[in-house]
Amino acid sequence: MSRFGDYLSEHFETIFRWFTILCAATVLIIMAAMFVNLAWNARLAIGEFGIGFLWSDVWDPALNRYGAFSSIYGTLVSTAIAMVIAVPMSVVIALFLVELAHPTVSKVVGGAIELLAAIPSIIYGMWGLFVFAPFMAETVQPFLQETLGLEKAPLIGKLFSGAPMGIGMLTAGIILALMVLPFITAVMRDVFAMVPPVVKESAYGMGSTTWEVTHKVTLRYGIQGVIGACFLGLGRALGETMAVTFVIGNAHRISASLFDAGNSIASTLANEFAEASEPIYLHSLIYLGLVLLVMTFLIQFAAQWWVRRLKKSMGTGL
Amino acid sequence: MSDVKLPLYGELADPTPKISVRGLDFFYGDHQALYANDLDIAPNRVTAVIGPSGCGKSTHLRVYNRIFELYRDQRAKGTVLLNGENIFAPSVKLLELRRRIGMIFQKPTPFPMSVYENVAYGIRFHYAVSKSELDGRVEEALKGAALWEEVRDLLHKPGTALSGGQQQRLCIARAIAVEPEVLLMDEPTSAIDPIATAKIEELVEGLKGRYTIVIVTHNMQQAARISDFTAFFFKGYIVEFGATRQIFTNPHNKKTEEYITGRFG
Repeated sequence: MSRFGDYLSEHFETIFRWFTILCAATVLIIMAAMFVNLAWNARLAIGEFGIGFLWSDVWDPALNRYGAFSSIYGTLVSTAIAMVIAVPMSVVIALFLVELAHPTVSKVVGGAIELLAAIPSIIYGMWGLFVFAPFMAETVQPFLQETLGLEKAPLIGKLFSGAPMGIGMLTAGIILALMVLPFITAVMRDVFAMVPPVVKESAYGMGSTTWEVTHKVTLRYGIQGVIGACFLGLGRALGETMAVTFVIGNAHRISASLFDAGNSIASTLANEFAEASEPIYLHSLIYLGLVLLVMTFLIQFAAQWWVRRLKKSMGTGL
Repeated sequence: MSDVKLPLYGELADPTPKISVRGLDFFYGDHQALYANDLDIAPNRVTAVIGPSGCGKSTHLRVYNRIFELYRDQRAKGTVLLNGENIFAPSVKLLELRRRIGMIFQKPTPFPMSVYENVAYGIRFHYAVSKSELDGRVEEALKGAALWEEVRDLLHKPGTALSGGQQQRLCIARAIAVEPEVLLMDEPTSAIDPIATAKIEELVEGLKGRYTIVIVTHNMQQAARISDFTAFFFKGYIVEFGATRQIFTNPHNKKTEEYITGRFG
């Protein structure tokens, strides 16, 4: 054996240890570098607008005044719509796959859902713009406004007012829901499948219905995983760019109506980088990116904190 | 192997059985696990089910509350009468059957909720009761399971925070909270320490006045100590059934004798 070989086998433990440390450290270094880089490249905008950037809703390239509020608002609203639709659907689908479906059906449907996750977001975007948006304009939005009469409903009427254009906040939210659904469902399915059979049996043994077992025992048992799955989907929805850009309308505007065009942080970035001729414009866009990064981090921290608290109060197993 | 004579209660119990099993076969897919089981369970007595591992003891028990039906490939043939009514009859409501026949498992299975909620769990959907009545029933069930004194200040702590023995008694409290007639215990002490085991045995003694108890156990001393009747299972057959004293002092069947004297198992 060569000298080098001898050296390797002799010090293998140490070398391996340093190798793992290096790999783990890379993650931290890249993350820190991203922050620093974004902050540095946004310095003009940070200096000019300060923290007030967050709640200013002016976005005027002609006057070089920029504020993030309409983009933050659009990001939050479209994500909220997506989660409101995707989370309950995912729970129900995952429960069907684990508890109710015949194993063959479960395999086929489960596979199809995983395929849904493999569709590139640009495809969702094109489909959204050319197929789904017209459908929204011609069928869904008139249905919501007139048939259900939501336009004249007290309190929530404003949400459904305005011309049914097809593109806008609601359409973006629904497309987002479709996109995050497979991720949430896949994780939840695994979580439910991990609940020990004996725990479910003892719940059934009490004479409970499938629904009671599900929402009182299975769901709680896997609550950590369920919440984890939701935040995984939430993280994706917040940052999703292409599909949203296609259907959200891209207007720097805050409107109470979900039918109106709006924008999100990601869609603004995707649309406007090419036009950003002035340094302050470019820096404002990067500042916007920094805001998105911080938002995502805050949400992940909140998720972890929430899970810890739940764990303490219920003593769940997974 | 079917030289079992029924019933054999003699003067030990009310001669009308609580549960009567006749000709029970059981299948896991193509594999037959029980063969022509006949058994009578005496009301308000403890019946022990003993036998080597994999001989169908738990399988037999899992027919009584039809819990096996959760699994697609499992099926049972034969009749099981509860108070004279076939549990497989279409008129039997499954959820009500499971309320009437409670089950305790090998490992404690507290639900992911507080001690109080664990016990209230079944009461909530089987009975429409007010908050104060619910409190009363929870307390009563915990007292019934000899757990109240230990947990009265921990009612809102998670059930999983209790010790293993306490968790098992919590499961017993949860089961008796819905006022069952029968308690099925599937090796309830195999996962807990000897002191906690002694407490549960004592509890079983106390419970048999109100409930009919069927207990699967691997522990011969336990069967001898707490049961009135014993059924010996071997390879899916009920080889011998009788008063516990007779089974342990004067078994009629050679296999039974070999098993209880520790020659196999």
